[in-house]
Amino acid sequence: MNAPNKSGWKPQMEVADATGEHVTTTGNRALMLEEPLLFEIGHAETTGVDLPEVDPNAATRLGSLKREEPIGLVGLTEPETVRHYTRLSRQNYGIDLGFFPLGSCTMKHNPRLNEKMARLPGFADVHPLQPVSTIQGALEVMNELAHWLIDLTGMHSVAMSPKAGAHGELCGILSIRAALEARGDAREVVLVPESAHGTNPATAAFANYRVENIPATPQGRVDLEALKARLGPDVAAVMITNPNTCGLFEPDLREISDAVHAAGGFVYCDGANFNAIVGKVRPGDLGVDAMHINLHKTFSTPHGGGGPGSGPVVLSEALAPFAPLPYTARTADGVVHLIEEEQADEFAREHFGGELSSFGRMTAFHGQMGMFTRALTYMLSHGADGLKQVAEDAVLNANYILRSLEDVLHAPFADSGPCMHEALFGDKDFGGGLTTLDLAKGMIDEGFHPMTVYFPLVVHGAMLVEPTETESKASIDQFITAFRSLAERAIAGDESLKQAPYFAPRRRLDETAAARKPKLKWEPQEV
Amino acid sequence: MRYLPLTDTDRGDMLAKIGADNIDDLFVDVPEVARLDGPIRGLPMHASEMAVERHMKRLAGKNTVAGDVPFFLGAGAYRHHVPASVDTVIQRGEFLTAYTPYQPEIAQGTLQMLFEFQTQVANLYGCAVANASLYDGSTACWEAVAMATRVTKKNRAVLSGALHPHYSEVVKTMAQFTGDVIADSAPAIQAEPDLEGLTSRIDEETACVVVQYPDILGRISDLSAVAEAAHAKGALLVVVNTEPVALGAIKSPGEMGADIVVGEGQSIGVGLQFGGPYLGLFAVRDPKHVRQMPGRLCGETVDAEGKRGFVLTLSTREQHIRREKATSNICTNSGLCALAFSVHMTLLGEKGMRELAAENHRLACIAADRLAKVPGVSLLNNAFFNEFTIMLDGKPARDVVRALADRGVLGGVSLGRLYPGVERLQQALLVAVTETTTEDDIETLATELEALIKEDAQ
Repeated sequence: MNAPNKSGWKPQMEVADATGEHVTTTGNRALMLEEPLLFEIGHAETTGVDLPEVDPNAATRLGSLKREEPIGLVGLTEPETVRHYTRLSRQNYGIDLGFFPLGSCTMKHNPRLNEKMARLPGFADVHPLQPVSTIQGALEVMNELAHWLIDLTGMHSVAMSPKAGAHGELCGILSIRAALEARGDAREVVLVPESAHGTNPATAAFANYRVENIPATPQGRVDLEALKARLGPDVAAVMITNPNTCGLFEPDLREISDAVHAAGGFVYCDGANFNAIVGKVRPGDLGVDAMHINLHKTFSTPHGGGGPGSGPVVLSEALAPFAPLPYTARTADGVVHLIEEEQADEFAREHFGGELSSFGRMTAFHGQMGMFTRALTYMLSHGADGLKQVAEDAVLNANYILRSLEDVLHAPFADSGPCMHEALFGDKDFGGGLTTLDLAKGMIDEGFHPMTVYFPLVVHGAMLVEPTETESKASIDQFITAFRSLAERAIAGDESLKQAPYFAPRRRLDETAAARKPKLKWEPQEV
Repeated sequence: MRYLPLTDTDRGDMLAKIGADNIDDLFVDVPEVARLDGPIRGLPMHASEMAVERHMKRLAGKNTVAGDVPFFLGAGAYRHHVPASVDTVIQRGEFLTAYTPYQPEIAQGTLQMLFEFQTQVANLYGCAVANASLYDGSTACWEAVAMATRVTKKNRAVLSGALHPHYSEVVKTMAQFTGDVIADSAPAIQAEPDLEGLTSRIDEETACVVVQYPDILGRISDLSAVAEAAHAKGALLVVVNTEPVALGAIKSPGEMGADIVVGEGQSIGVGLQFGGPYLGLFAVRDPKHVRQMPGRLCGETVDAEGKRGFVLTLSTREQHIRREKATSNICTNSGLCALAFSVHMTLLGEKGMRELAAENHRLACIAADRLAKVPGVSLLNNAFFNEFTIMLDGKPARDVVRALADRGVLGGVSLGRLYPGVERLQQALLVAVTETTTEDDIETLATELEALIKEDAQ
């Protein structure tokens, strides 16, 4: 491997601002500083940690495997490291900076108490395989969180180990598959609404099911009659999102569940949108058999630029015996047990009066403990009353946005009644070839993170706005004013939007070039 | 409530704008049977920051903190020192409270970091391309098996007996639903892994052979012959690494011919955290396999003014585009853990990574020699990095671990915990040593172990 740091990187000198008038020598613009790649500024011999020098004569027990080749890493000292990442961070938009109405993603404020609690050494510095007597507090956290999740959803039990929403979906679908197989019922099809998140069909396909779409009504809901007509002995499950991805509550879910159960299938509910109904409606009352809960959405563990998440799955009594290992349970003597492969059958016989038929293990260890402590902290802070208020304020904010903009923007389901926690718009009236993407990029210049665009797929040029409950009315009013102005420009065919954003750290990026000749790793350049 | 900015006046004004009389008018679609008349019963009401903190501290206090006692646990999760600046960086709101970088113009921080992370991981593994992370090592291991079946169009995976049992459980769990066939066995108690036995199980139907390096007993061995044997039958070699620090001292899997290298990144920057969140690493040696990779990939490009920038790319592999035809259903990954890894790796650099690995190995050698001197204890491994297996003559290691815990020493992971049914492994204790271990800790473990063994003998 070539020695790194020979790229001859230089700051970009030729940068002009949006008007083309002011140019700086460094390419920097006051608080916005250009930052080279780590590999262009680091050195193989530089380090930001103080460790003993390697003794080249030390005896080793590495067999024949001692590394002779360089790894190809570079280091920075601590001040350089902190500055590198601080500069990078300033090219990012986060909730801490401003309004982030990314539909379906529930970008709410992340309370800092959650961060503080997750860093208590009693949680952060504990090994997953320590003897059970030394981890009673950790197991109690899991148990308390499980208790909250069960009570909030009205379900029977909860599988804690799934690592994120999509992993939770897999957990639910595999539980369903195991339950069906246990009764000797080989079914092949999973029904998924057209408006579903992409993870739903991907999950069903991964579990070797054939995916069939069910259509939506013009009012943006699952077509109940079409669904009922398709049910039969080959349908293993229906995957439904409620509230759905059009931001609407599925009023027929109870009837759908009854019909699916009558046909011998199960109901999987995608819980991505639980924030709209937490503390207000319990999915268990609607006949749901399995639902994942994105702790990083509803319960505000941070999104972290794309994870880590956590996706516990609540299960109905029919699916509970098939849940993945490990799980925790508290016995009458108050002790919390961690049930792994070894104890599962004996424990189930002793305490649940039957054998466990777990479908297996989904991950090493026990799940996202760091997210459990954050979510539990959040739940305790809000309480049952606060969580109900969360749902109410999230729904109120979304309806306020919907009704404030429906006169100017195409709102395909505005006549379907109130929305839940998301307001959905389309690009139908845009002029001059302008698209949803152009409006979204204009939104960046106005200082907002854009809404979710082109999802759900059932609405042309969809714009899905999820304000969450942690925005003030002043913040939402400012957003509405900006959105209205952008919508008016888009409808009028304002060409200037096609080049937006003008003020972001980068202008529009060439995604086609990136995919055509992928460059996915830094390589030293010959000099 | 301290997290809810709307005032009652705001709420009234907004309801008026909407044309609703009260909040429940917005929930009219909820059927009667599911309407609740107040906060859910049986749960506590809201609490102050101080009260919540008190409650959580009480729970945390019931755990034994690894850093407070002599500590020797590993088996896929290792306790390393994380420099203070790592946590400072990952707590910056611009990283902590950002989303997956779907709007690249205002996510260059995350994207450039991911590009650097991919480069660090690929170089560490001796590979051409790494992705932007998966959930953890065990799920990355399954994704590697699934990718090998896509690449080879065969569906039989051969797992080494010395693969972490949780990892093989995950693979077997997933495979029972996908129709893939998994062949595996529990490890034999030997100083050297049985690589010939492993290669003899590779046949024309084999999609991949999966080997851990260093393995679950801490052994390290050259896998080049396994790679050759696999390639001769048209199979891929998947190498699993659960201790990235080791790669500062030993050859990279790519160098030995591994086609897919996956692993757990937790050791660098992430911390123990009772098992999660961790960091799945995933890399391929041959760039032609990149379109079969799971998960997010960050690539370099230019913006409309010609300035270098980064975007998520090749997303036609992914669920949000391909839906049921995606290479994986993964959406959220481990972005913030990837940042922690990358910052720590930047602080280490080539020099620090070499030194860290050397220090781990030096202390592990001291521990292995000292423990082998305890009567009734023998060292299994010939070669090891920072983790090795000792055999306790005639003693169930699980009981020893529990007794050590009662004496204030977290003495290792008993293989009986990991392989409950396998008789020959019940006397084996897996001991991990890192730069955080002191020579006093090693002496305490040896002394307490000796005392326990004597006590039992009397």
